[in-house]
This record gives sequence, structure tokens and C-alpha cells, in this order.
Amino acid sequence: MIIVAGKGGVGKTAVTGALAHAASSVGVRVLIVEIEGKSGLASAFGSDHLTYEEIGFIDPGPGHAGITARTLTPDDALIEYLHDHGMKRISNRLVSSGALDMVSTAVPGIRDILVLGKIKQLERASEFDLVIVDAPAAGHAISFLRSASGLADAVKVGPINSQAREVLELLNDPTRCRVVLVTIPEETPVNELIETAYSVEDEVGLALGPVVINGLLARTPGLDVDPDQAASKVGVVLTPEQSRLLAEAAAFRISRAELQDLQLNRLAEDLPLPQIRLPQLFTSEIGLAEIESLAATLVEQIRCLPAHEGGST
Amino acid sequence: MNLREVMAASHVVVCCGSGGVGKTTSAAVLAVNAAREGRRAVVVTIDPARRLADALGLEGLTNKPALVDGPWPGEMWAMMLDTKATFDGLVRRYSRDGAQADEILANSFYRNISSSLSGTQEYMASEKLYELAVEGDYDLIVVDTPPTRNALDFLEAPQRLARFLDHRLYRVLMMPTRGIVKAVNLAAQTVMRSVAKVVGADVIADAIAFFSAFEGMEQGFKDRAREVDALLRRDDTAFVLVASPKADTVAEAGYFARELNRMGISVKALIVNRMSPVFGELPDDSTDLEAVAASDPMAGIDAPAGSALDDLITCLSESRASATGEHSHLLGISADVAPAPVVGVAIQPFEVSDLDSLDKLGSIVFDPGSALNNLG
Repeated sequence: MIIVAGKGGVGKTAVTGALAHAASSVGVRVLIVEIEGKSGLASAFGSDHLTYEEIGFIDPGPGHAGITARTLTPDDALIEYLHDHGMKRISNRLVSSGALDMVSTAVPGIRDILVLGKIKQLERASEFDLVIVDAPAAGHAISFLRSASGLADAVKVGPINSQAREVLELLNDPTRCRVVLVTIPEETPVNELIETAYSVEDEVGLALGPVVINGLLARTPGLDVDPDQAASKVGVVLTPEQSRLLAEAAAFRISRAELQDLQLNRLAEDLPLPQIRLPQLFTSEIGLAEIESLAATLVEQIRCLPAHEGGST
Repeated sequence: MNLREVMAASHVVVCCGSGGVGKTTSAAVLAVNAAREGRRAVVVTIDPARRLADALGLEGLTNKPALVDGPWPGEMWAMMLDTKATFDGLVRRYSRDGAQADEILANSFYRNISSSLSGTQEYMASEKLYELAVEGDYDLIVVDTPPTRNALDFLEAPQRLARFLDHRLYRVLMMPTRGIVKAVNLAAQTVMRSVAKVVGADVIADAIAFFSAFEGMEQGFKDRAREVDALLRRDDTAFVLVASPKADTVAEAGYFARELNRMGISVKALIVNRMSPVFGELPDDSTDLEAVAASDPMAGIDAPAGSALDDLITCLSESRASATGEHSHLLGISADVAPAPVVGVAIQPFEVSDLDSLDKLGSIVFDPGSALNNLG
């Protein structure tokens, strides 16, 4: 199981999709679990929206082991839990009377533990080799993951306690579960990534996989050359306007790339984890073509990671 | 109206939008600008990034505005919302006496409310806003909102919490043995017994103790929620949407705008952060592929692969592809927010890390040239 986490706006969903695509392309059967019920992932794979029922993103076939996806919201998990525990009759009443709000306030984290409990079941299921969880945005990701240890302490007996213990067992086993943190090479997201990384390891006891840095700008050598000189070298004459635009775009790119390098170095110093770097895609909408290209880069880079960091996949 | 006029006409500004779009930064920029214009402004932030907090001189939760020193004729105050302290303050305000307040504040169910009940943070942000608007002596109050999936949570949270505290389930629990036990009471007790089996009886006992201690305060909370709601609906309260130009956050901003409209509240401005700079001209209709191709300043120039010129042209065309894509997502959003101004703020080659950079960003946000007037 891989839990993908990161601050809003860093492309967590695209990375989730790319990871799934990369895994499926090397023969791993993937289930994606979306917790916040957003539709960004579905549209990237050409589907309308995700549902509680599993839908196929990529069917098994030559070159792919298959990708299945579903949502798992806390409300879904709770209703299913009640059904499984002989409380089907009262589940509707629980919702309509507002007792649910009261219970989840009385027992903080109960919604999260039910979601994690269900994910644990899915992780055990034999039809998938890898479950990829698109976790809630960074701040909530920690409380989400911490719910298991919190509840194991707070509720001493009963089904919630055993649920929490089983979830903890999964989360704390680095051969079964890893967290992949996603960021972009900018100061604030990098700071948050570093903080989250230490909380995940120290407070929640989860093992971290490689860090994914998304949206890297390429600084190609030609950007440092004066446009008119570059043009005359290949027998092209530019108008002053063309030359100005090329110079401006290059200068902007270089200044962004320099800021980015600062952040990459800082991240490498503060967080000694392998880095996977994904290029910036110059579209503001992610579709299957973008997912495929990110996935290809992922596969290439994962192959270059030190062997023990690649994990079982 | 342009953004400057919107701000001048506002007493309260609520910044909303999805996570990661620069909402807190925008809120700070609006407050700094007001101070520059000689007003007494305060910004309430929810969870500022460290550098921004440092820039504002915020060291941890203060829950009380602190003066930010800066080179402006007005005043700029800043604070970071402390949800629990704000809630504690409300409990003290509406309790009969210190003993009732102490009993509530010590209850573990109460302590969970401020950390775990969804909507509490939104509610306390609006409560703090109300306190500052009514009791503070500010010309402008800017509040950042938690990154909710739904902007309406902010509007609905006060009533939701008031309803929660006035829980009928609790009433049922408190009078279980009246002469005629209504069917609904019986059912509710069955529910609670089942719940107690799962989560433990002491947890339920805590909850009951809380509601019992809270008795008598519901009305105060309900009245307060109504007043907060009225403040949010005043003409001089402005909802400012903040977005980035990505397809999903633009779609979300459009959704926020329509939902707010449905509730009778109009968006007063849309700020789109992190726009790619446009090098050259883009056609008015960025979805018209032919027009986009025709506007390419490098059309017809053939650079050999791997040459420096090829690198330069690739960089320019990538930048233009980003800008074109962003523009096409924004097409039509002005219809959702009309007649509110839409302001585009280009990605800056600096990080907002101190008052100078906030100020610099402010001059860009309020530059008339940042208004996006070509969105159809």
C-alpha cells in the first residue's frame, strides 16, 4: 500500500495517477482509493467521476495489469461498518438524527479509523497487488494517519480498539505500507513537506518512500545564449520583437529554475530521502497523455533508485 | 468597480478558495494595501506558512491582533486564529457564571469539539471576525478561511454548530423516563445503546455531561450565530474568491460563486494567483486553436534540434502554452462572478517572505494592468 500525501496544489492527484499507471505497466494490479471524493483523477483517466463502486480506469491487457479506482469517504465507511456489525437497521436513523456528528465528536478520529479499517481490508484482498491511497491534503493527512494510534489509546476495548490495532499493524509495517510525499520545488510546499515527513515518521511511525518533486522546470543550455547569436549560428534572422520575447521567456525561466535549485538543495539537505523528479507539464489540465508521460518518467527513475528503496514493487 | 474600489467600500473581507492557491498571502496583501491607504486594517489568518507568519511577526497562536510595523500611514494588525481559545471565550461569554464555564471547559467532549467537530474552525473564524467587526475599532477586517471544499461551510458553520449544541438527541437522552416515552425517544435510546457498545459507555457519558453542563446556553449561541450570519450578508462585507489558474481550482471558484449567488451573496472580486506570464499576445479566444497558432511569434522559424535557438524557442512556446491553457480555463468565469473584477497575478520570481515582498505583491495585485478584461 502506498499513501500519497502532499499540500494542496502540488499535483498529488496527478502523481497518484502516474504511480498507478507506472505500476500497472510493469505488471502490478492497482487499486486507487480516493478519500475526499474529488473528481480530478477520474477526468484524467477519461471517466466522469469516482464512486463507491469500483470502476476500471485501465483494463488488464497487453502492457497493463489494470487499474481500478473507487472513493472511500468517511460516511461510506461508517455505513458499511454499521452494516457489517449488525446495525443496518439503525444506520439511517444514526445519520438522520445527527447522532453521527455527536459520535464523531465524542470519539475524534472515528471517521478516519473506519476509512483506514476499510483500506486495510482492501489491502488484504487478493485481486490487487497494490493499493494507492490519495490521502487528504497535508494538514489533515497527519491527523488521518494518527487516528489509529490515538484511538488504540482512547478506546480501550471493543471493536474500535481492535480495528485501530489492526490498522496500526499495517501502517507500521514498512513491507506493507509506505508514504510517498509530493511537493513542488517552492519554499512553502518544501517546508511543509519536511515537517510532514518528520511527523509521519516520528509521530505516526510510518515508513517513507522516495519523495516526489513535481513540476520541475528544465534549464536547457541554450537558455543562456543571446537569441540573436543563437539564431545567427543556425542561419536564422530574428525580428527585434522575436528576439525580445525569446530573451524574456528565457530570463523568466532561468530565475524560476534558480529558485527551484535552491529549494531542491535545501530539501536534499534537510530530508535525506531519495528524490523522484517529475517535469513540469505545460498544460493546466491533466489527461491520459500527461499521466502516461509522468508514469514513463517514474518508471525510469524508480529503476535508478537504490535497490532497497524501490520496495517490493 | 475595480479591486481598489471594492476594498474601499468594504468593512469586512472574507477570502475563500481551495487549498494551495495563495489565499493567506492574498489576505495579507489586501490588509497591507489598506494600511498603505491610511486605513486601520487587521488580517485574521488560519494557518499561515512559516515565512508569511514570520513576515507578519506572528509567533504561534496569539488570538489577539498584534501591530505589524511598516512604512505606511495607516495601521496593519495581524493575528492567527486560535480555534479553542475563541470557543472558550464564547463559552465564558454565554455561561451563567464561572462555575458553569469551568465545568464545560474541563469536559473532554468539549475539548474534542474544538479539535474534531467539522466546521468548528470555520465557525470560530467567523466568530472572531464578528468580534473584531463589532468590538474592534478597525476600518477593514480581512479574514482568511480554512481550505474547505465548500465555501458555504463558512456561512453555514455558525448555524450548524448552534444546531449541534441544541441537540434534540441530547434532550431525548436527558429525559428518558417521562411518563409517556415517545417512540422516537425509545428509538434514539436504542441507537445510543448500540453506539455505546461500539465506542464505550464512558465516551457517551462524557457527551451527556457536556450537554447537561451546556444547558441554558444554547439560546445565546443561536442568537450569536444569527448575528454573525447577518454580518456576513451586509453590503460592506465582501467575499473575495482566490484561485490559481489550474482547471480544477478555476472550476471550484466558479462553483463557489454560483453557490454564494444562490444564497443571495455576490462575490465582490476574484483574484487568480500564480498566473504564467504571457510573452507576446494571445488571441481573445484561447480555445481557438487556429487563432492560437496564428499568434505564435515564432511561426515559420525552423531551428535545428539541439541548437541553442531550439532551446530558446521551446522555452518560449512552453511558456505560451501554459498561458494559453490558463486563459482558456478562465474564459467564462467572469460570467460567474460578474460584475466583480477579475485580477490576475503573475507568478513572481521571489518568495513572499517579508513585508517588502508583500508590499511588492500588493502593487501588482492593485495595478490596473492586472485586471483581466479579456475573459469574454
